[in-house]
Amino acid sequence: MSGSHEHAPATAGDHGHADHGEADHGSVKSYTIGFLLSVVLTAIPFALVMSGVLSAALAVPICVAVGVVQIVVHLYYFLHMNAASSRSWNMVAFVFTLVVVAILIAGSLWIMYHLNTNMMPGMMPTD
Amino acid sequence: MTANVPTADGVQVPSGQAHAHEEHHDDSKVTLGFWIYLMSDCILFASVFAGFAVLRDQTAGGPSGRDIFDLPYVAIETACLLVSSFTYGMAMIAMMKQQKTAVLSWLVVTLLLGMTFMGMEIHEFGELIGRGFGPDRSAFLTGFFTLVGTHGLHVTSGMVWMIVLMSHVLRRGLTPANQTRLMCLSLFWHFLDIVWIGVFTIVYLLGVAH
Repeated sequence: MSGSHEHAPATAGDHGHADHGEADHGSVKSYTIGFLLSVVLTAIPFALVMSGVLSAALAVPICVAVGVVQIVVHLYYFLHMNAASSRSWNMVAFVFTLVVVAILIAGSLWIMYHLNTNMMPGMMPTD
Repeated sequence: MTANVPTADGVQVPSGQAHAHEEHHDDSKVTLGFWIYLMSDCILFASVFAGFAVLRDQTAGGPSGRDIFDLPYVAIETACLLVSSFTYGMAMIAMMKQQKTAVLSWLVVTLLLGMTFMGMEIHEFGELIGRGFGPDRSAFLTGFFTLVGTHGLHVTSGMVWMIVLMSHVLRRGLTPANQTRLMCLSLFWHFLDIVWIGVFTIVYLLGVAH
């Protein structure tokens, strides 16, 4: 990440008071890299599904995996989460949120799947 | 200069003093607070995503995702939002260089892209409801309208916020207070693009692939 921030401190230094911590804002280069990566990572799943070359069993996990990669790209290049921010409270809050989100989504799907399969009419113990 | 300019949020002063470190952890308290709001918003979206995922197959004899989703249309919506994330980034870089006109120009471009996105989404909603596939048709469509609608409402709020901020910048320039506000909206706007990645993958792509 340090490479992509090369220009930032210099330009801000010239003008003195862009004092929010230049590293937060990235550079034209880092935004462009992030944008191009995102375009590719969006085009791949859309092309896969629209062409229908793969079966659903294969296309679904690929789409989800590419989506996760794209989220990481956005966090890194657009929201500037990187090694330098890993010690900050932003990162602590983020990791905590990830845990809550994982429990929320996986838990809901797990519970509702079992309710769906085990509690259909005809499967109740009294029937 | 920072210390001399009276700002609405006093947090600017500590931010300026800590400037020497040039590290990410010198974020002002305002952006940390806003970040924590975004994390709580994440949990809101996770709940709505979970609701949609649970209800996706409950079509009650109505249409499934495969029947109603138009992927090329969604691809254009996605492109609008992605490009708008990039143009907002350019606005932030212009802000860093204290280029007021450039900031305002990039914000106008971002706003236009956001308006295109919302226009397309409202058009999609209108068409579905017109065909009788409104949120009352099935649990799947309830989940769909709730999830996509919640995201759209956030984008709309972001655009209102952007218009207000543009008038602030126009009248008072790139003051430290306005820079903090632009920074918070930047986080919000990029966050909404990340949520949209989840929406187009889980709702539209998996809906058609299934």
